[in-house]
Amino acid sequence: MASIRIDGLTKVYPGDVTAIDGLDVTVEDGSFFALLGPSGCGKTTLLRTIAGLEEASGGSISIGDRDVTRLAPGDRNVAMVFQDYALFPHMTVTDNIAYPLRIKKVGRSERAAKAAETGEGLGLSALMARRPGELSGGQQQRVALARAMACQPDVFLLDEPLSNLDARLRLEARTFLKRLQKDLGVTTVFVTHDQSEALAMADQIAVMEAGRIRQLGTPSEIFRRPANTFVANFIGSTPMNMLPGKLVGGVLQVGALEGVDAVAAGWAGREAPDGEVTVAFRPEYARVDGKGPLVFEGTVETTESLGASVLVTARTDDGQRVQVVVPEGEEPEVGAVVGVAPASGRVLVYDAEGELLSPSSSVP
Amino acid sequence: MFDVLEKYDILAAFWMTIKLTFFSAIGALVIGTVLAIMRVSPVAVLRRLGAFYVNVVRNTPLTLIVFFSLAGVGIVLQINLVDPNSATSLRDNAIRWAMVALAVYHAAFVCEALRSGFNTVPLGQAEAARSIGLTFGQSLREVILPQAFRGAIAPLGSVLIALTKNTTVASVIGVAEASALMKVIIENETASVAVFLVFALGFVILTLPVGLLFTSLSRRLAVKR
Repeated sequence: MASIRIDGLTKVYPGDVTAIDGLDVTVEDGSFFALLGPSGCGKTTLLRTIAGLEEASGGSISIGDRDVTRLAPGDRNVAMVFQDYALFPHMTVTDNIAYPLRIKKVGRSERAAKAAETGEGLGLSALMARRPGELSGGQQQRVALARAMACQPDVFLLDEPLSNLDARLRLEARTFLKRLQKDLGVTTVFVTHDQSEALAMADQIAVMEAGRIRQLGTPSEIFRRPANTFVANFIGSTPMNMLPGKLVGGVLQVGALEGVDAVAAGWAGREAPDGEVTVAFRPEYARVDGKGPLVFEGTVETTESLGASVLVTARTDDGQRVQVVVPEGEEPEVGAVVGVAPASGRVLVYDAEGELLSPSSSVP
Repeated sequence: MFDVLEKYDILAAFWMTIKLTFFSAIGALVIGTVLAIMRVSPVAVLRRLGAFYVNVVRNTPLTLIVFFSLAGVGIVLQINLVDPNSATSLRDNAIRWAMVALAVYHAAFVCEALRSGFNTVPLGQAEAARSIGLTFGQSLREVILPQAFRGAIAPLGSVLIALTKNTTVASVIGVAEASALMKVIIENETASVAVFLVFALGFVILTLPVGLLFTSLSRRLAVKR
């Protein structure tokens, strides 16, 4: 067990493609750490560089007290679980699990005992003599996990661990993985493009874009206080409402609405500079009753059922689109005029560069 | 109509065909495996050498290779593959050079069959092997080759069938295999259609079981993913 320290890590592919751009991050010992981002953001490259499958172009990676930047994958004491599991199809489940131990020159009987024990822990006892082709996706994943666990690595690296499972199994596997990680207490880094996976499983999330980390935080920090408009746009099952506004002397002006004292409302710090801003709030944290410091009058264009709730899309007179999630049965008629009002404590203000202006005390 | 055949030792001729096939098949498998490993190796020079071999050999007529082996390498360079003082040295030298030529030629096809087998192995397998800590040689031996051979069984069967039939080219350097005997009989006797049918049947008897065996093997050993 160990923490992972990454300093100034850079990975440049031939042809001057920068996949990772001077990245610093520390993964605490025993934590469940998610690398989240859109495709092409460098998250998989970062994972593969930690694993040693890609060679770093610059910077360093340490696991525990050991600098592993130039070590071969097999010498880093990490175990990788691949997206397609990469089980060896010509070996039985037992052989697959015991194989890394054989490479580490562990004796035959000890290997078999270890494989049986690990397999039993993951509910694979009845399947030990089968080959991977005869297993379901969920069973294959557990074999891949068992193979990783059997050699007791310092760090687990999981590449899109849930993407090869069907939707139903995915929820089950999510709960299973989270419990397994807590039971084992091994530092685990996983890559996902699915924010719900990251929010549900991780202790810490790094949201990445273009080879850099745009925000690092707990799931609730990332969800409640996206540090910039990129993260704000990326996170959330319904898209964040984003409206242009202006901040002058601490007073926020949005469209033709009456100005609101943003400093008093806790949306911007006292030292916030004047200028163009973006006002953002989540559809989940707004209502259509027209009560609040900021109310957007609009006509309801569409209502979409999300199951237990309804997503209402309204358009204001000056053409801005605002969305609200309301409980099922409380949605207004299409064509009705509503006053969309975000909860006061949930309004976020971003400056022209897209960085968050709201002080951290403003959101509980 | 078939009684003319009793004067000739057809079985001995086909036995020579089988011997040629057997030994050159083993040679072709060994050389072809080495070539295929060269073609997937991380060393660029080896990859190019492998590709060069395949392109040159595959695009040269087998007759030229067989003839060149004995006439060019064997006789001009005075390289004997048998004891030159034995009574049958000329005949045996031709047989051995024919085997070498057939092996060298079919190695190119074995290499390509194996390469198609390599392509059935997902890249992730090599990466998984690497991340577990296997060296290139270990991952090749224990992870990649076992899967590549299974994926290559059907095309390897085709190469073996082609090799069996291509042994007839050895007659150009005087190896007394089946087709050489057939020519002799057709020149000496009148029943040429019947003779032709007998020899054609002989080859079918040799190759048909090979095809059936390889098809069933490829089905039974197929890698389930």
